[in-house]
Amino acid sequence: MSVVSELRRTARSGPSRAPGRAPLRRGDGRAAAVFLAPWFAGLLLVTVGPMVASAYLSFTDYSLLSTPEWIGLDNFARMLEDTRLHNSLRVTFTYVLVGVPLQLVAALGLALLLDRGMRGLPFYRSVFYLPSLLGGSVAIAILWRQVFGVEGLVNAFLAFFNVPGRGWVSDPDTALWTLVLLHVWTFGAPMIIFLAGLRQIPTMYYEAASIDGAGRVRQFLHITLPLLTPIVFFNLVLQVIGAFQSFTQAFVVSGGTGGPADSTMFYTLYLYQRGFTAFDMGYASAMAWLLVLIVAALTAINFFASKFWVFYDD
Amino acid sequence: MTEVRVRTEPAPATPVPAGTLADRTRALAAEAPATHRRSPWPGRVRSVLKHAGLIALAVAMIYPLIWLLVSSIKPTEIIFRDLSLIPAQTDFTNYTEGWNALGRPFGHYLMNSAIIVLGSLVGNLLACSMAAYAFARLEFRGRKLWFAIMLMSIMLPIHVIIVPQYILFSQVGWINTFWPLIVPKLLATDAFFVFLMVQFFRGIPRELDEAARLDGCGHGRIYARIMMPLALPALATTAIFTFIWTWNDFFSQLIFLTKPDMHTAPVALRTFLDSTGQSSWGPMFAMSIVSIIPVFLAFLFGQKYLVKGIATTGIK
Repeated sequence: MSVVSELRRTARSGPSRAPGRAPLRRGDGRAAAVFLAPWFAGLLLVTVGPMVASAYLSFTDYSLLSTPEWIGLDNFARMLEDTRLHNSLRVTFTYVLVGVPLQLVAALGLALLLDRGMRGLPFYRSVFYLPSLLGGSVAIAILWRQVFGVEGLVNAFLAFFNVPGRGWVSDPDTALWTLVLLHVWTFGAPMIIFLAGLRQIPTMYYEAASIDGAGRVRQFLHITLPLLTPIVFFNLVLQVIGAFQSFTQAFVVSGGTGGPADSTMFYTLYLYQRGFTAFDMGYASAMAWLLVLIVAALTAINFFASKFWVFYDD
Repeated sequence: MTEVRVRTEPAPATPVPAGTLADRTRALAAEAPATHRRSPWPGRVRSVLKHAGLIALAVAMIYPLIWLLVSSIKPTEIIFRDLSLIPAQTDFTNYTEGWNALGRPFGHYLMNSAIIVLGSLVGNLLACSMAAYAFARLEFRGRKLWFAIMLMSIMLPIHVIIVPQYILFSQVGWINTFWPLIVPKLLATDAFFVFLMVQFFRGIPRELDEAARLDGCGHGRIYARIMMPLALPALATTAIFTFIWTWNDFFSQLIFLTKPDMHTAPVALRTFLDSTGQSSWGPMFAMSIVSIIPVFLAFLFGQKYLVKGIATTGIK
């Protein structure tokens, strides 16, 4: 059903045509050309063309004003010494490695609490889902900036209990964690996928287990969790890819700087700064390719590791 | 994945007392030693406690949103001193002040956003459904390969193409126009929706279009007269997600629209923050509310499709 499982299937079966399939219908080829024309033009002009250009630019020095100057691997060599880039990688990995698991745990926990046929289920589902629709918006980032600001809601709340507050978004020690929290807050989307997955588990498994005297914990560990691993995997892959590319929240909360002290300098934010404020287009392209490599590697690792923990019923 | 599931109840081999398997299970569980009981509390109490916990959590989750809404009608000076959700003083001047705080009335930026959303809607609905029809129903050389490429393009970070796209669009003079944000949608670059519709089209019985073909319909008519009307739920899902994503999009709008005149609602909000800083939270909150109202309405009216769409494909 999902993109991830579809990709897995395609990867397994390979792109070649299966033998023994019905012969090509006459006329289909021409119709396909017509129906696919926009998509194909988009693939060439908006995706593949720019990818090739970006690959070329990553070996050049280009400021948009002069012609690109070929400098070989210099951009990549520069990356090795660019401490701000290293820092942005550290910040981003911290965000992904902490934020994504926490978000998925919250999503799964809530999905488990929302039983099927429960009273008020549509209400809870909506309320928990809403933040994930708004979470990436500028409006919410602005709200976050205030809530965790010196005079913000959190400090006002803490003052109520006589706990001294701090400028959460202006303190390098805490700024990133406010963004992690924002990410966790948007657990609604994976929660809905978990809910759909839980619906697929036959109730008779649980009935059989309770006859055998298994308690709730054991039912969860031996039935729910194993049968849910494909869904966990699907959410994990998607969320890692998505979180690695987060931009708006960090941009708005830090006022575009990635501060304080580069503590919220997400990788994409640094890429934006190099490319679109410093017009260092060659370097930004090289950075973009590193991003592709990292996302591809993380996805590949996820797929590889999935062999050891994802359980397929089929 | 449908919400309704048929309960698969195995037929008992020997006659058993009345009641479903679940009833008997419950009866057995009641007889079982205490360690095997599901919970020491009766069901009713447990259910009440659970709802209380869920409601508390739900309130905590949307507290920031409600606070944003309430703060937008409070005078700025008391926003930070007043934690309560019922404002002692209401003041709608935040809205008039915020509306006029930037170079143009905020409605101008909302209109810019609306134009981009409308263009993207038309593009995604038309171009993605066309591509999906080809992938789902037509036999052509290399179909599986192209399909795999389409799937992989879903995962491609936009950052790898944005720099050359910027260069390309600046060379054709499209920076500070809406074209860079609309034209790609007309070319079905939101492959997620192609995938979503392929999945949906596959579920439409083939007999329908086979019959139409026997009646002499070409692919154009099968697509327009049979597939599209039947695919309304998938089209609705696409429309709602396109609306919300495009409305919320910030990265590409920030890059392609640099002239204040062309700013969209999110970009304008951001400049608002930059130009006024901490001094005018009230008007800024008011415009934040204004900017998320369309998303909220899309959510409200499209809930059914949103939940279905996200459950099957994982888009958000």
